[in-house]
Amino acid sequence: MQSRNFGLWLVAALVYAFLYIPLVIVVVYSFNDSKLNTEWVGFTLFWYEALFNNKEMLIAARNSLIIAVSASICATVLGTMAGLAIHRYKLKVLPILVFTPIAMPEILLGVSLLLFFLQVLNLTLGMVSIIIAHTTFCIGFVTIIVWARLQGMNWSVFEAARDLGASPWQSFRLVTLPLIMPAVVAGALMSFILSIDDFVITFFTKGIGEPILPIQIYTMIKVSVTPEVNAISTLLMLLTLVMIIIATMLDSGVLRGEAKQ
Amino acid sequence: MALLEIRDVTRRFGDFTAVNNVNITIEKGEFFTLLGPSGCGKTTLLRMIAGFDLPDSGQILLDGINIVNMPPEKRPIHTVFQSYALFPHMTVAGNIAFPLKMSGKMPDEIRSRVRESLDNVHLSSFANRFPHELSGGQKQRVAFARGLVNRPRLLLLDEPLGALDAKLREEMQIELINLQQEVGVTFVFVTHAQNEALALSHRIAVMNQGNIEQIDEPSKIYGFPRNRFVANFIGKINMMDVQVLEATYSHLKLIVAGLGEVTAPGKEGVKAGDKGIMAIRPEQVQILHHAEEAEVKGHFPGKVHDYLYVGNVTTYIVELANGIRIEALLPNSTAGRAKFFEVGDSVVVTWQHDASTFLND
Amino acid sequence: MAKWLVSGPPILFLLVFFVVPSLIMIVTSFRFPGEFGGLAPLVAPAGEVGGEYGLTLEAYQFFLSNSLYAEIFLKSFGVAAATTLICLIMAYPLALLIASSEKRFRNLMLLLVLLPFASNFLIRIYAWMIILGPESVLSHFLNTILGVFGIAPLTLLFSPFAVLVGMVYVHLPFMVLPLCTNLEKHDLALLDAAQDLGASSWQSFWRITWPLSLPGVFAGSALVFIPVLGMFAVPEMLGGTGDILIGNLIKDQFLGTRDWPFGSTLSIMLTLAVLSVAGLATWFARQSGGMKYAE
Repeated sequence: MQSRNFGLWLVAALVYAFLYIPLVIVVVYSFNDSKLNTEWVGFTLFWYEALFNNKEMLIAARNSLIIAVSASICATVLGTMAGLAIHRYKLKVLPILVFTPIAMPEILLGVSLLLFFLQVLNLTLGMVSIIIAHTTFCIGFVTIIVWARLQGMNWSVFEAARDLGASPWQSFRLVTLPLIMPAVVAGALMSFILSIDDFVITFFTKGIGEPILPIQIYTMIKVSVTPEVNAISTLLMLLTLVMIIIATMLDSGVLRGEAKQ
Repeated sequence: MALLEIRDVTRRFGDFTAVNNVNITIEKGEFFTLLGPSGCGKTTLLRMIAGFDLPDSGQILLDGINIVNMPPEKRPIHTVFQSYALFPHMTVAGNIAFPLKMSGKMPDEIRSRVRESLDNVHLSSFANRFPHELSGGQKQRVAFARGLVNRPRLLLLDEPLGALDAKLREEMQIELINLQQEVGVTFVFVTHAQNEALALSHRIAVMNQGNIEQIDEPSKIYGFPRNRFVANFIGKINMMDVQVLEATYSHLKLIVAGLGEVTAPGKEGVKAGDKGIMAIRPEQVQILHHAEEAEVKGHFPGKVHDYLYVGNVTTYIVELANGIRIEALLPNSTAGRAKFFEVGDSVVVTWQHDASTFLND
Repeated sequence: MAKWLVSGPPILFLLVFFVVPSLIMIVTSFRFPGEFGGLAPLVAPAGEVGGEYGLTLEAYQFFLSNSLYAEIFLKSFGVAAATTLICLIMAYPLALLIASSEKRFRNLMLLLVLLPFASNFLIRIYAWMIILGPESVLSHFLNTILGVFGIAPLTLLFSPFAVLVGMVYVHLPFMVLPLCTNLEKHDLALLDAAQDLGASSWQSFWRITWPLSLPGVFAGSALVFIPVLGMFAVPEMLGGTGDILIGNLIKDQFLGTRDWPFGSTLSIMLTLAVLSVAGLATWFARQSGGMKYAE
């Protein structure tokens, strides 16, 4: 058993290294005093400065934040409703509707929304179209998190509230909502992260106008690679890290989509 | 007028009939128990009284008014759930105050009533604790307090003692009786533990597969079961196939195959020639050493086949002449003597003629 | 009733923004492309004669007529299969380790696996562009060694190899998670029993752990295979000109040549491929369902 464990530990360590070394390299070179990502020359914050002076980048960041917050709010509201509905009413159609967008390759959702917006709604692609698109695939994640949380709870508690005189609305407000709140917030944070990071769907639904962060990064990579890309990547990673940690503290099962307790 | 009347209530789930045309009347101040095995419909019935389920037909009348279409929050009926269902995000005091807040009582009144309630269940110092900090017994008392604080017309209890260990369960049973008498609220209690039902109730309704088998006081349910199911479900009982020889108002003459004639109390509707069962409780069966009173009417010879010693009593299994095995329960009251008979002893069994019951089944 | 109040809005939203667009995509695949891209109108404008309007199977015919597209589909399946296999081999030992660790470490270890997933996926691809680039430490190192043997220097980047590495890197966490969830539920007493009855470590694994882990294997495989089929960013950034996959084709149709009907046809084909894989995975999972336990 000992030797088996050692072998496992070794492979595991290698896999973790495989996962993290690339990211570490990106972060380290964001401080590199050289245009190339090949040798370490010296420590500098030059690239971060350049970032903050990059007008387009700042606008893109602002746009992405607006989109992420909006999409996250919409997805959280709709996803929480869906989670409650699936748990309470056991409809067959809802899980299919909610989970298929995340099971399919993103490109399909992006393409179909592109066609829909242009043909049917005659909508100019821009912030609104992106927000709608992001909401669509974030709903599923919020739903899983909220639903899993409900599964892990004692259902009698909701009945007890009604039994003791609370109307359905009071029962929801005073008992259900406080108890699922950690999951709801965790879901909101996850939606935020997914929205800020999303590339594929944004790519198809953004149109020509506003700059959006992941697309900016993409353009920078294709056109002129400088460690500015490393810098923005590092900042994004930091943001995501903080949010995930908060989300996990609120609801430890959030990343697995499983019931707590 | 009765407090609660359940009239012709039926509830079906697809092909399965959970509650079948049930009629029950419950009086004010009663401790009324619904007793039966799992799946007999008692919990379904309770949920319909509380308002979490709708009968397919029939009426439920509280103080004469049909409440079937009233949502649970409007009914002056509260429930103690099997899992207690305490609100985990509220303190003990918050939990107990909840029904008072829902019915719009003033904060001062709420405070004093919660305090009174906590005193009643001896949890005064636990007001600011949260449910996860309490033991099982404490959680349960909070559940009781919460259900009673608003003085409902009826308190429903869904197997509330099920999660407790044996000793605690017995203690809580006594507390429960005292609580009910003190507060005077009508209880409807659901359980599958028959000795619990016998100990706690004023009246018991025995249920089986959606039907009411018998509604009576505990002593009558135990002593005069109406049919084979009730006889078997409550306590242990000996049953023998018999045929009626003679039937009068005061007594029945029965023939036990291979054994002989026995007498039983008279029963309405029974006539000569009827086939049925004679049922007798083990504690009513007397065992005598063979030498005494052999060959007397109503005494049957046999051999001790086995026995079960449980400390305070011993059950002897006696095999009679016709191969029938009968159980007799004797208290081990003489200190130092664990049992009176050994395996293989020749004995004679007998019983009083008003101790047995004839069942038509 | 309250039921529709709660479930109504999400259902409505998804009907409008998911179901309807999907239907639109299906219809579009049966239409003619417009002159300057986009779509030709369904109905001929008044007074016009000739031209192409209405519904047609032209896009599908085009797809089937050219073997290039079938090749690309096959290549995509190949890449997806290879990625899934590699992910399985890398993820399994890790999942085993996490599942057999103490509870308090488990969540942390899982979190560490999933954190990279939370970073922007372009960053993850970019990282490999750095590592595999011709000027990188790795490349220099590799080519020095190859130089010793007299082999010409290799470019790691812009090759099928790079695409594979990128795909595995992006999707590895999706294999770890379901495997871990499954392995956690295994009763360790079974392995003790096997050992007691004479089985070696390897035999215990192969005959007990592996079969019982199959539902997790299928779940993880589906979670990797399906997204890989639709990817275009990885081939575009890490692959050479000959490495395009279905995703790249679709992207080109919509944002490059603007042949929407054909793009939709390709998308429908991809959808069918995905549905078949999902169906197969479900079927396999059900077959091994007799071994599913401890739900």
